[in-house]
Amino acid sequence: MQTTTANKSVFDVKDLNLWYGSFHALINLNFSMYKNEVTAIIGPSGCGKSTFVKTLNLMVNMIPNVHMSGEINYNDKNILNKKIDLVELRKQIGMIFQKGNPFPQSIYDNVAYGPRIHGIKKKKQLDEIVEESLKDVALWDEVKDRLQSAALGLSGGQQQRLCIARALATKPEVVLMDEPTSALDPISTLKIEELITKLKEKYTIVIVTHNMQQAARISDKTAFFLNGEVVEFSDTNQLFSNPSDKRTEDYITGRFG
Amino acid sequence: MENTTTSARERLVKSNKNKSNGELRGKMIVTLSAIIMITATVAITVFLATKGLQAFLVNGVSPIEFLTSTDWNPTDEGNPKFGAFPFIYGSLAVTLLSALIAAPIGIGAAIFMTEIAPAWGRKILQPVIELLVGIPSVVYGFIGLTVLVPFIRNQFDGIGYSLLAGTIVLSVMILPTITTIATDAMGTLPRNLREGSYALGATRWQTIRKVLVPAALPSLLTAIVLGMARAFGEALAVQMVIGNSRAIPSSILDTSATLTSIITLNMGYTTYGSVENNTLWSMGLILLIISFVFILIIRYLSSRRRI
Repeated sequence: MQTTTANKSVFDVKDLNLWYGSFHALINLNFSMYKNEVTAIIGPSGCGKSTFVKTLNLMVNMIPNVHMSGEINYNDKNILNKKIDLVELRKQIGMIFQKGNPFPQSIYDNVAYGPRIHGIKKKKQLDEIVEESLKDVALWDEVKDRLQSAALGLSGGQQQRLCIARALATKPEVVLMDEPTSALDPISTLKIEELITKLKEKYTIVIVTHNMQQAARISDKTAFFLNGEVVEFSDTNQLFSNPSDKRTEDYITGRFG
Repeated sequence: MENTTTSARERLVKSNKNKSNGELRGKMIVTLSAIIMITATVAITVFLATKGLQAFLVNGVSPIEFLTSTDWNPTDEGNPKFGAFPFIYGSLAVTLLSALIAAPIGIGAAIFMTEIAPAWGRKILQPVIELLVGIPSVVYGFIGLTVLVPFIRNQFDGIGYSLLAGTIVLSVMILPTITTIATDAMGTLPRNLREGSYALGATRWQTIRKVLVPAALPSLLTAIVLGMARAFGEALAVQMVIGNSRAIPSSILDTSATLTSIITLNMGYTTYGSVENNTLWSMGLILLIISFVFILIIRYLSSRRRI
Protein backbone atom coordinates (compact mmCIF):
# COMPACT_ATOMS: atom_id res chain seq x y z
CA MET A 1 0.00 0.00 0.00
CA GLN A 2 2.65 2.46 -0.99
CA THR A 3 1.65 5.92 -2.07
CA THR A 4 2.03 6.00 -5.81
CA THR A 5 4.60 8.52 -6.84
CA ALA A 6 4.09 8.19 -10.56
CA ASN A 7 1.62 11.04 -10.59
CA LYS A 8 2.65 14.62 -10.50
CA SER A 9 1.42 16.66 -7.56
CA VAL A 10 -1.02 19.45 -8.42
CA PHE A 11 -1.27 21.00 -4.99
CA ASP A 12 1.53 21.05 -2.45
CA VAL A 13 0.33 22.46 0.84
CA LYS A 14 3.13 23.56 3.14
CA ASP A 15 2.67 24.75 6.73
CA LEU A 16 -0.72 26.21 5.91
CA ASN A 17 -2.33 28.09 8.79
CA LEU A 18 -5.59 30.00 8.64
CA TRP A 19 -7.31 32.22 11.17
CA TYR A 20 -10.82 33.60 11.26
CA GLY A 21 -10.11 36.68 13.34
CA SER A 22 -8.39 35.10 16.35
CA PHE A 23 -9.78 31.61 15.76
CA HIS A 24 -7.12 29.26 14.47
CA ALA A 25 -9.14 27.24 11.97
CA LEU A 26 -6.42 25.41 10.04
CA ILE A 27 -3.22 24.38 11.78
CA ASN A 28 0.06 23.49 10.06
CA LEU A 29 -1.34 21.54 7.13
CA ASN A 30 1.20 19.63 5.05
CA PHE A 31 0.11 17.34 2.26
CA SER A 32 -0.20 17.06 -1.51
CA MET A 33 -2.91 16.30 -4.01
CA TYR A 34 -1.99 14.44 -7.18
CA LYS A 35 -2.95 14.73 -10.79
CA ASN A 36 -5.88 12.63 -11.99
CA GLU A 37 -6.64 11.39 -8.52
CA VAL A 38 -9.58 11.87 -6.24
CA THR A 39 -8.53 13.20 -2.85
CA ALA A 40 -11.21 12.97 -0.18
CA ILE A 41 -11.28 15.23 2.85
CA ILE A 42 -13.17 13.69 5.74
CA GLY A 43 -13.76 14.71 9.33
CA PRO A 44 -16.46 15.80 11.76
CA SER A 45 -18.38 19.06 11.38
CA GLY A 46 -16.38 22.17 12.11
CA CYS A 47 -13.01 20.49 11.62
CA GLY A 48 -12.04 22.90 8.85
CA LYS A 49 -12.49 20.68 5.81
CA SER A 50 -14.76 23.12 3.95
CA THR A 51 -12.48 25.99 4.88
CA PHE A 52 -9.52 24.06 3.55
CA VAL A 53 -11.07 23.30 0.18
CA LYS A 54 -12.02 26.97 -0.16
CA THR A 55 -8.41 28.00 0.31
CA LEU A 56 -7.43 26.06 -2.83
CA ASN A 57 -9.24 28.52 -5.12
CA LEU A 58 -9.00 31.38 -2.61
CA MET A 59 -12.79 31.59 -2.23
CA VAL A 60 -11.91 31.87 1.42
CA ASN A 61 -10.86 35.46 0.72
CA MET A 62 -14.53 36.39 0.40
CA ILE A 63 -14.95 35.85 4.13
CA PRO A 64 -14.03 38.92 6.15
CA ASN A 65 -11.20 38.75 8.73
CA VAL A 66 -9.45 35.76 7.25
CA HIS A 67 -5.68 35.60 7.19
CA MET A 68 -3.35 32.83 6.18
CA SER A 69 0.30 31.86 6.41
CA GLY A 70 2.30 29.14 4.72
CA GLU A 71 2.20 28.02 1.11
CA ILE A 72 -0.29 26.46 -1.25
CA ASN A 73 1.68 25.56 -4.33
CA TYR A 74 -0.53 25.00 -7.33
CA ASN A 75 1.63 23.59 -10.13
CA ASP A 76 4.66 24.86 -8.23
CA LYS A 77 3.32 28.37 -7.92
CA ASN A 78 2.34 29.70 -4.51
CA ILE A 79 -1.22 30.99 -4.79
CA LEU A 80 -1.00 32.76 -1.45
CA ASN A 81 1.30 35.17 -3.20
CA LYS A 82 -0.53 38.49 -3.44
CA LYS A 83 0.12 38.84 -7.16
CA ILE A 84 -1.89 35.77 -8.14
CA ASP A 85 -4.44 36.29 -10.93
CA LEU A 86 -7.72 35.20 -9.29
CA VAL A 87 -9.63 35.08 -12.57
CA GLU A 88 -7.09 32.76 -14.17
CA LEU A 89 -6.80 30.66 -10.99
CA ARG A 90 -10.53 30.08 -10.70
CA LYS A 91 -10.80 29.35 -14.38
CA GLN A 92 -8.35 26.49 -13.83
CA ILE A 93 -9.82 25.36 -10.51
CA GLY A 94 -13.56 24.79 -10.68
CA MET A 95 -15.72 24.45 -7.61
CA ILE A 96 -18.94 22.61 -6.81
CA PHE A 97 -20.95 23.62 -3.77
CA GLN A 98 -23.04 21.75 -1.23
CA LYS A 99 -26.30 22.66 -2.84
CA GLY A 100 -26.62 23.00 -6.60
CA ASN A 101 -26.59 26.70 -7.34
CA PRO A 102 -27.56 27.19 -10.96
CA PHE A 103 -28.18 30.78 -12.00
CA PRO A 104 -31.83 31.63 -12.67
CA GLN A 105 -31.19 31.48 -16.40
CA SER A 106 -31.54 28.88 -19.10
CA ILE A 107 -29.62 25.60 -19.01
CA TYR A 108 -27.56 26.76 -21.97
CA ASP A 109 -26.68 30.14 -20.44
CA ASN A 110 -25.61 28.45 -17.22
CA VAL A 111 -23.06 26.25 -18.93
CA ALA A 112 -21.98 29.01 -21.31
CA TYR A 113 -21.49 31.47 -18.45
CA GLY A 114 -17.88 30.55 -17.71
CA PRO A 115 -16.65 30.53 -21.32
CA ARG A 116 -18.50 33.79 -21.99
CA ILE A 117 -16.94 35.69 -19.13
CA HIS A 118 -13.56 34.40 -20.23
CA GLY A 119 -14.09 35.95 -23.62
CA ILE A 120 -15.54 33.27 -25.89
CA LYS A 121 -18.22 34.88 -28.04
CA LYS A 122 -18.65 32.66 -31.10
CA LYS A 123 -21.98 30.86 -31.04
CA LYS A 124 -20.57 27.74 -32.67
CA GLN A 125 -17.72 27.43 -30.21
CA LEU A 126 -20.09 27.98 -27.26
CA ASP A 127 -22.49 25.36 -28.63
CA GLU A 128 -19.65 22.85 -28.76
CA ILE A 129 -18.48 23.62 -25.24
CA VAL A 130 -22.02 23.37 -23.86
CA GLU A 131 -22.65 20.04 -25.56
CA GLU A 132 -19.30 18.61 -24.52
CA SER A 133 -19.69 19.73 -20.90
CA LEU A 134 -23.22 18.39 -20.61
CA LYS A 135 -22.09 15.09 -22.12
CA ASP A 136 -19.25 14.92 -19.60
CA VAL A 137 -21.78 14.97 -16.77
CA ALA A 138 -24.24 12.63 -18.56
CA LEU A 139 -26.89 15.30 -18.67
CA TRP A 140 -26.91 15.93 -22.42
CA ASP A 141 -29.50 13.30 -23.31
CA GLU A 142 -31.84 14.52 -20.58
CA VAL A 143 -31.76 18.18 -21.54
CA LYS A 144 -30.68 18.46 -25.18
CA ASP A 145 -34.22 19.26 -26.31
CA ARG A 146 -34.75 21.99 -23.75
CA LEU A 147 -31.48 23.86 -23.49
CA GLN A 148 -33.32 27.15 -23.45
CA SER A 149 -35.63 26.27 -20.56
CA ALA A 150 -34.97 27.39 -17.02
CA ALA A 151 -32.20 25.62 -15.12
CA LEU A 152 -34.18 25.91 -11.89
CA GLY A 153 -36.81 23.61 -13.39
CA LEU A 154 -34.39 20.69 -13.20
CA SER A 155 -34.40 18.20 -10.32
CA GLY A 156 -31.90 18.58 -7.47
CA GLY A 157 -29.58 15.92 -8.86
CA GLN A 158 -29.76 17.37 -12.37
CA GLN A 159 -29.07 20.85 -11.00
CA GLN A 160 -25.94 19.60 -9.27
CA ARG A 161 -24.75 17.87 -12.44
CA LEU A 162 -25.49 21.07 -14.35
CA CYS A 163 -23.27 22.94 -11.90
CA ILE A 164 -20.50 20.42 -12.52
CA ALA A 165 -20.97 20.93 -16.27
CA ARG A 166 -20.81 24.68 -15.71
CA ALA A 167 -17.50 24.25 -13.88
CA LEU A 168 -16.13 21.93 -16.58
CA ALA A 169 -17.02 24.41 -19.32
CA THR A 170 -14.08 26.66 -18.40
CA LYS A 171 -11.75 23.68 -19.05
CA PRO A 172 -10.34 23.49 -15.53
CA GLU A 173 -7.53 21.27 -14.40
CA VAL A 174 -8.91 20.72 -10.90
CA VAL A 175 -12.47 20.38 -9.64
CA LEU A 176 -13.10 21.10 -5.96
CA MET A 177 -16.27 19.67 -4.48
CA ASP A 178 -17.64 20.77 -1.15
CA GLU A 179 -20.02 18.02 -0.01
CA PRO A 180 -21.60 17.85 -3.46
CA THR A 181 -24.11 15.14 -2.58
CA SER A 182 -25.16 16.15 0.91
CA ALA A 183 -28.47 17.59 -0.35
CA LEU A 184 -29.23 14.77 -2.78
CA ASP A 185 -31.19 11.53 -2.69
CA PRO A 186 -29.31 8.18 -2.88
CA ILE A 187 -29.88 7.66 -6.60
CA SER A 188 -28.69 11.14 -7.55
CA THR A 189 -25.75 10.63 -5.19
CA LEU A 190 -24.85 7.42 -6.96
CA LYS A 191 -24.90 9.20 -10.32
CA ILE A 192 -22.59 11.93 -9.06
CA GLU A 193 -20.24 9.33 -7.60
CA GLU A 194 -20.08 7.46 -10.90
CA LEU A 195 -19.44 10.77 -12.56
CA ILE A 196 -16.56 11.59 -10.24
CA THR A 197 -14.90 8.26 -10.95
CA LYS A 198 -15.19 9.00 -14.67
CA LEU A 199 -14.09 12.62 -14.37
CA LYS A 200 -10.79 11.79 -12.70
CA GLU A 201 -9.48 10.52 -16.03
CA LYS A 202 -9.45 14.12 -17.20
CA TYR A 203 -9.42 16.16 -14.01
CA THR A 204 -7.92 16.24 -10.56
CA ILE A 205 -10.62 16.14 -7.92
CA VAL A 206 -10.66 17.23 -4.29
CA ILE A 207 -13.87 16.31 -2.53
CA VAL A 208 -15.04 17.17 0.95
CA THR A 209 -17.49 14.64 2.27
CA HIS A 210 -19.35 13.83 5.43
CA ASN A 211 -19.97 10.38 4.17
CA MET A 212 -17.10 8.00 4.92
CA GLN A 213 -18.48 5.27 2.67
CA GLN A 214 -18.46 7.79 -0.15
CA ALA A 215 -14.82 8.62 0.51
CA ALA A 216 -13.99 4.92 0.60
CA ARG A 217 -15.90 4.26 -2.64
CA ILE A 218 -14.56 7.00 -4.85
CA SER A 219 -11.28 8.41 -3.57
CA ASP A 220 -7.67 7.41 -4.14
CA LYS A 221 -6.31 9.27 -1.15
CA THR A 222 -7.98 10.47 1.99
CA ALA A 223 -7.09 13.17 4.48
CA PHE A 224 -8.69 12.97 7.90
CA PHE A 225 -9.20 16.40 9.46
CA LEU A 226 -9.80 16.97 13.15
CA ASN A 227 -9.99 20.37 14.85
CA GLY A 228 -8.17 22.09 12.00
CA GLU A 229 -5.33 19.58 11.77
CA VAL A 230 -4.64 16.75 9.37
CA VAL A 231 -4.50 13.71 11.61
CA GLU A 232 -3.79 11.27 8.85
CA PHE A 233 -3.26 11.41 5.11
CA SER A 234 -2.70 8.27 3.08
CA ASP A 235 -4.07 5.96 0.42
CA THR A 236 -7.79 5.56 0.97
CA ASN A 237 -7.56 1.77 1.27
CA GLN A 238 -4.92 2.01 3.89
CA LEU A 239 -6.65 4.75 5.86
CA PHE A 240 -9.87 2.80 6.09
CA SER A 241 -8.45 -0.69 6.57
CA ASN A 242 -5.40 0.01 8.63
CA PRO A 243 -5.38 3.53 10.07
CA SER A 244 -2.16 4.46 11.76
CA ASP A 245 -3.64 6.95 14.20
CA LYS A 246 -5.94 5.98 17.05
CA ARG A 247 -8.21 9.01 16.42
CA THR A 248 -8.69 8.05 12.77
CA GLU A 249 -9.68 4.57 13.85
CA ASP A 250 -12.13 5.96 16.39
CA TYR A 251 -13.70 8.23 13.77
CA ILE A 252 -14.03 5.73 10.95
CA THR A 253 -15.44 3.10 13.26
CA GLY A 254 -18.05 5.57 14.39
CA ARG A 255 -16.93 6.16 17.94
CA PHE A 256 -17.37 9.90 17.51
CA GLY A 257 -18.16 12.45 14.82
CA MET B 1 -47.69 8.26 25.65
CA GLU B 2 -50.91 8.49 23.68
CA ASN B 3 -52.64 10.10 26.63
CA THR B 4 -50.07 12.80 27.24
CA THR B 5 -49.96 13.82 23.58
CA THR B 6 -53.71 14.12 23.32
CA SER B 7 -53.88 16.06 26.53
CA ALA B 8 -51.14 18.41 25.41
CA ARG B 9 -53.05 18.98 22.21
CA GLU B 10 -56.25 19.50 24.12
CA ARG B 11 -54.55 21.90 26.43
CA LEU B 12 -53.01 24.03 23.71
CA VAL B 13 -55.47 23.98 20.87
CA LYS B 14 -58.86 22.87 21.97
CA SER B 15 -59.13 24.05 25.54
CA ASN B 16 -62.19 26.18 26.10
CA LYS B 17 -60.48 28.05 28.85
CA ASN B 18 -57.86 29.51 26.55
CA LYS B 19 -60.39 30.25 23.88
CA SER B 20 -62.57 32.29 26.17
CA ASN B 21 -59.56 34.08 27.60
CA GLY B 22 -57.49 35.35 24.77
CA GLU B 23 -57.87 33.42 21.54
CA LEU B 24 -61.27 34.66 20.56
CA ARG B 25 -60.67 38.24 21.60
CA GLY B 26 -57.39 38.35 19.69
CA LYS B 27 -59.01 36.87 16.65
CA MET B 28 -61.82 39.41 16.81
CA ILE B 29 -59.44 42.36 17.08
CA VAL B 30 -57.34 41.40 14.08
CA THR B 31 -60.38 40.40 12.02
CA LEU B 32 -61.96 43.75 12.79
CA SER B 33 -58.81 45.55 11.66
CA ALA B 34 -58.90 43.68 8.38
CA ILE B 35 -62.59 44.43 7.89
CA ILE B 36 -62.08 48.15 8.55
CA MET B 37 -59.28 48.31 5.99
CA ILE B 38 -61.24 46.49 3.34
CA THR B 39 -64.37 48.55 3.99
CA ALA B 40 -62.43 51.82 3.76
CA THR B 41 -60.84 50.84 0.46
CA VAL B 42 -64.08 49.62 -1.05
CA ALA B 43 -65.98 52.68 0.21
CA ILE B 44 -63.46 55.12 -1.25
CA THR B 45 -63.43 53.30 -4.56
CA VAL B 46 -67.21 53.19 -4.80
CA PHE B 47 -67.56 56.83 -3.79
CA LEU B 48 -64.90 57.94 -6.24
CA ALA B 49 -66.47 55.90 -9.01
CA THR B 50 -69.95 57.37 -8.46
CA LYS B 51 -68.64 60.93 -8.17
CA GLY B 52 -66.23 60.48 -11.05
CA LEU B 53 -68.89 59.15 -13.39
CA GLN B 54 -71.40 61.90 -12.59
CA ALA B 55 -69.80 64.39 -14.97
CA PHE B 56 -70.47 61.95 -17.79
CA LEU B 57 -73.80 60.46 -16.68
CA VAL B 58 -75.51 63.48 -15.13
CA ASN B 59 -73.84 66.53 -16.63
CA GLY B 60 -73.48 65.04 -20.06
CA VAL B 61 -69.78 65.71 -20.53
CA SER B 62 -68.54 63.46 -23.29
CA PRO B 63 -66.03 60.92 -21.92
CA ILE B 64 -64.24 60.90 -25.28
CA GLU B 65 -63.87 64.67 -25.15
CA PHE B 66 -62.71 64.45 -21.54
CA LEU B 67 -60.00 61.90 -22.30
CA THR B 68 -58.80 63.20 -25.66
CA SER B 69 -59.55 66.92 -26.05
CA THR B 70 -56.83 69.37 -25.21
CA ASP B 71 -59.25 72.19 -24.55
CA TRP B 72 -59.82 72.85 -20.85
CA ASN B 73 -62.05 75.83 -20.11
CA PRO B 74 -64.73 74.83 -17.61
CA THR B 75 -65.59 78.38 -16.54
CA ASP B 76 -66.68 79.63 -19.96
CA GLU B 77 -70.35 80.57 -19.40
CA GLY B 78 -71.66 79.83 -22.85
CA ASN B 79 -69.46 77.00 -24.01
CA PRO B 80 -67.46 75.26 -21.26
CA LYS B 81 -64.78 72.85 -22.44
CA PHE B 82 -63.72 69.77 -20.48
CA GLY B 83 -60.67 68.29 -22.21
CA ALA B 84 -58.38 66.78 -19.58
CA PHE B 85 -55.86 65.23 -21.94
CA PRO B 86 -53.08 67.78 -21.24
CA PHE B 87 -53.21 66.88 -17.54
CA ILE B 88 -53.24 63.14 -18.16
CA TYR B 89 -50.32 63.67 -20.52
CA GLY B 90 -48.52 65.87 -17.98
CA SER B 91 -49.00 63.31 -15.21
CA LEU B 92 -47.68 60.45 -17.30
CA ALA B 93 -44.81 62.52 -18.72
CA VAL B 94 -43.58 63.73 -15.35
CA THR B 95 -43.92 60.18 -13.93
CA LEU B 96 -41.99 58.49 -16.72
CA LEU B 97 -39.28 61.12 -16.83
CA SER B 98 -38.71 61.06 -13.09
CA ALA B 99 -38.55 57.25 -13.15
CA LEU B 100 -36.02 57.53 -15.96
CA ILE B 101 -33.79 59.65 -13.73
CA ALA B 102 -34.43 57.96 -10.39
CA ALA B 103 -34.30 54.29 -11.50
CA PRO B 104 -30.63 54.15 -12.52
CA ILE B 105 -29.55 56.20 -9.51
CA GLY B 106 -31.66 54.19 -7.07
CA ILE B 107 -30.60 50.81 -8.43
CA GLY B 108 -27.00 51.99 -8.60
CA ALA B 109 -27.12 53.02 -4.95
CA ALA B 110 -28.69 49.68 -4.07
CA ILE B 111 -25.89 47.79 -5.80
CA PHE B 112 -23.34 49.98 -4.04
CA MET B 113 -24.90 49.14 -0.70
CA THR B 114 -25.25 45.39 -1.21
CA GLU B 115 -22.28 44.51 -3.41
CA ILE B 116 -19.56 47.13 -3.29
CA ALA B 117 -19.51 48.41 0.27
CA PRO B 118 -21.96 46.39 2.34
CA ALA B 119 -20.23 47.28 5.58
CA TRP B 120 -20.13 51.06 5.56
CA GLY B 121 -22.21 51.84 2.47
CA ARG B 122 -25.37 50.82 4.24
CA LYS B 123 -24.40 52.66 7.39
CA ILE B 124 -24.21 55.95 5.51
CA LEU B 125 -26.89 55.50 2.90
CA GLN B 126 -29.57 54.06 5.17
CA PRO B 127 -29.97 57.26 7.28
CA VAL B 128 -29.76 59.35 4.09
CA ILE B 129 -32.66 57.42 2.61
CA GLU B 130 -34.71 57.63 5.78
CA LEU B 131 -34.12 61.37 5.87
CA LEU B 132 -35.26 61.73 2.25
CA VAL B 133 -38.45 59.87 3.10
CA GLY B 134 -39.03 62.06 6.13
CA ILE B 135 -38.87 65.40 4.33
CA PRO B 136 -42.46 66.59 3.74
CA SER B 137 -43.46 67.11 0.13
CA VAL B 138 -44.21 70.79 0.68
CA VAL B 139 -40.56 71.27 1.63
CA TYR B 140 -39.43 69.55 -1.55
CA GLY B 141 -41.72 71.87 -3.48
CA PHE B 142 -40.46 74.91 -1.61
CA ILE B 143 -36.83 74.03 -2.30
CA GLY B 144 -37.69 73.38 -5.92
CA LEU B 145 -39.41 76.73 -6.14
CA THR B 146 -36.57 78.61 -4.49
CA VAL B 147 -33.54 76.87 -5.99
CA LEU B 148 -34.51 74.85 -9.03
CA VAL B 149 -36.92 77.21 -10.79
CA PRO B 150 -34.54 80.24 -10.78
CA PHE B 151 -31.68 77.94 -11.80
CA ILE B 152 -33.58 76.63 -14.82
CA ARG B 153 -34.70 80.18 -15.65
CA ASN B 154 -31.08 81.35 -15.69
CA GLN B 155 -29.72 78.38 -17.60
CA PHE B 156 -32.33 78.23 -20.33
CA ASP B 157 -34.85 80.61 -21.81
CA GLY B 158 -38.27 80.58 -20.26
CA ILE B 159 -39.80 81.16 -16.89
CA GLY B 160 -38.23 78.28 -15.00
CA TYR B 161 -41.52 76.68 -14.00
CA SER B 162 -41.42 73.59 -16.17
CA LEU B 163 -41.86 69.91 -16.73
CA LEU B 164 -38.12 69.65 -16.04
CA ALA B 165 -38.44 71.24 -12.60
CA GLY B 166 -41.31 68.90 -11.72
CA THR B 167 -39.36 65.90 -13.00
CA ILE B 168 -36.28 66.72 -10.92
CA VAL B 169 -38.25 67.34 -7.73
CA LEU B 170 -40.18 64.12 -8.21
CA SER B 171 -37.13 62.03 -9.00
CA VAL B 172 -35.54 63.06 -5.72
CA MET B 173 -38.78 62.24 -3.95
CA ILE B 174 -39.08 58.74 -5.39
CA LEU B 175 -35.40 57.87 -5.00
CA PRO B 176 -35.83 56.44 -1.49
CA THR B 177 -38.70 54.20 -2.60
CA ILE B 178 -36.72 52.76 -5.49
CA THR B 179 -33.48 52.47 -3.52
CA THR B 180 -35.06 50.74 -0.54
CA ILE B 181 -36.92 48.12 -2.54
CA ALA B 182 -34.01 47.57 -4.90
CA THR B 183 -31.68 47.10 -1.92
CA ASP B 184 -34.00 44.49 -0.45
CA ALA B 185 -34.20 42.78 -3.82
CA MET B 186 -30.42 42.60 -4.19
CA GLY B 187 -29.87 41.74 -0.53
CA THR B 188 -32.19 38.74 -0.55
CA LEU B 189 -30.47 37.07 -3.49
CA PRO B 190 -28.99 33.82 -2.22
CA ARG B 191 -25.29 33.96 -1.32
CA ASN B 192 -24.58 30.90 -3.40
CA LEU B 193 -25.35 32.78 -6.63
CA ARG B 194 -22.45 35.11 -5.91
CA GLU B 195 -20.21 32.22 -4.87
CA GLY B 196 -21.11 30.27 -7.99
CA SER B 197 -20.15 33.17 -10.21
CA TYR B 198 -16.93 34.11 -8.40
CA ALA B 199 -15.84 30.46 -8.33
CA LEU B 200 -15.98 30.44 -12.14
CA GLY B 201 -13.51 33.29 -12.24
CA ALA B 202 -16.01 36.09 -12.77
CA THR B 203 -15.09 39.56 -11.59
CA ARG B 204 -17.36 41.49 -9.28
CA TRP B 205 -18.74 43.60 -12.10
CA GLN B 206 -19.43 40.55 -14.27
CA THR B 207 -21.19 38.90 -11.34
CA ILE B 208 -23.36 41.97 -10.75
CA ARG B 209 -24.19 42.54 -14.39
CA LYS B 210 -24.68 39.00 -15.63
CA VAL B 211 -25.97 37.10 -12.61
CA LEU B 212 -27.27 39.32 -9.81
CA VAL B 213 -29.13 42.05 -11.70
CA PRO B 214 -30.87 39.59 -14.07
CA ALA B 215 -31.82 37.40 -11.09
CA ALA B 216 -33.29 40.38 -9.24
CA LEU B 217 -34.87 41.94 -12.32
CA PRO B 218 -38.56 41.36 -11.52
CA SER B 219 -38.06 42.86 -8.06
CA LEU B 220 -36.06 45.77 -9.48
CA LEU B 221 -38.87 46.51 -11.93
CA THR B 222 -41.31 46.36 -9.04
CA ALA B 223 -39.18 48.98 -7.29
CA ILE B 224 -39.38 51.24 -10.33
CA VAL B 225 -43.14 50.82 -10.74
CA LEU B 226 -43.72 51.57 -7.04
CA GLY B 227 -41.61 54.70 -7.47
CA MET B 228 -43.70 55.65 -10.48
CA ALA B 229 -46.90 55.10 -8.53
CA ARG B 230 -45.60 57.48 -5.89
CA ALA B 231 -44.60 60.09 -8.50
CA PHE B 232 -47.96 59.77 -10.21
CA GLY B 233 -49.88 60.47 -7.04
CA GLU B 234 -47.72 63.32 -5.73
CA ALA B 235 -49.54 66.66 -5.92
CA LEU B 236 -48.18 69.44 -3.78
CA ALA B 237 -44.50 69.56 -4.69
CA VAL B 238 -45.23 69.19 -8.40
CA GLN B 239 -47.88 71.85 -8.37
CA MET B 240 -45.41 74.32 -6.88
CA VAL B 241 -42.84 74.02 -9.67
CA ILE B 242 -44.55 72.77 -12.81
CA GLY B 243 -46.28 76.00 -13.82
CA ASN B 244 -49.82 74.63 -14.15
CA SER B 245 -50.61 75.59 -17.73
CA ARG B 246 -53.40 74.08 -19.76
CA ALA B 247 -51.42 73.30 -22.87
CA ILE B 248 -49.52 70.18 -23.73
CA PRO B 249 -45.81 70.92 -23.20
CA SER B 250 -43.77 70.77 -26.39
CA SER B 251 -40.45 70.45 -24.54
CA ILE B 252 -39.33 69.65 -21.02
CA LEU B 253 -38.70 73.37 -20.47
CA ASP B 254 -42.36 74.20 -21.06
CA THR B 255 -44.84 74.61 -18.28
CA SER B 256 -47.31 71.81 -17.78
CA ALA B 257 -49.88 70.50 -15.34
CA THR B 258 -50.79 67.15 -13.84
CA LEU B 259 -54.10 65.61 -12.80
CA THR B 260 -53.14 66.02 -9.16
CA SER B 261 -52.02 69.63 -9.45
CA ILE B 262 -55.25 70.60 -11.25
CA ILE B 263 -57.34 68.91 -8.56
CA THR B 264 -55.53 70.63 -5.68
CA LEU B 265 -55.56 74.00 -7.45
CA ASN B 266 -59.22 74.00 -8.42
CA MET B 267 -61.07 72.12 -5.73
CA GLY B 268 -61.31 75.23 -3.56
CA TYR B 269 -62.87 77.34 -6.28
CA THR B 270 -65.60 75.03 -7.45
CA THR B 271 -68.96 74.41 -5.83
CA TYR B 272 -69.79 70.90 -4.79
CA GLY B 273 -72.04 69.31 -7.38
CA SER B 274 -71.15 71.69 -10.21
CA VAL B 275 -69.99 70.32 -13.53
CA GLU B 276 -66.45 71.56 -12.98
CA ASN B 277 -66.32 69.99 -9.53
CA ASN B 278 -67.57 66.73 -10.99
CA THR B 279 -64.89 66.72 -13.68
CA LEU B 280 -62.27 67.09 -10.93
CA TRP B 281 -63.71 63.90 -9.43
CA SER B 282 -63.40 62.29 -12.83
CA MET B 283 -59.70 63.15 -12.78
CA GLY B 284 -59.50 61.55 -9.35
CA LEU B 285 -61.08 58.44 -10.82
CA ILE B 286 -58.51 58.39 -13.60
CA LEU B 287 -55.75 58.65 -10.99
CA LEU B 288 -57.25 55.69 -9.18
CA ILE B 289 -57.56 53.63 -12.35
CA ILE B 290 -53.99 54.30 -13.42
CA SER B 291 -52.71 53.52 -9.91
CA PHE B 292 -54.66 50.29 -10.16
CA VAL B 293 -52.82 49.53 -13.39
CA PHE B 294 -49.52 50.13 -11.58
CA ILE B 295 -50.59 47.65 -8.90
CA LEU B 296 -51.52 45.08 -11.54
CA ILE B 297 -48.09 45.49 -13.13
CA ILE B 298 -46.43 44.98 -9.74
CA ARG B 299 -48.46 41.85 -9.07
CA TYR B 300 -47.58 40.49 -12.48
CA LEU B 301 -43.89 41.16 -11.84
CA SER B 302 -43.96 39.52 -8.41
CA SER B 303 -45.46 36.40 -9.87
CA ARG B 304 -42.53 36.23 -12.26
CA ARG B 305 -39.95 36.41 -9.48
CA ARG B 306 -37.74 33.45 -10.01
CA ILE B 307 -35.87 33.25 -6.73
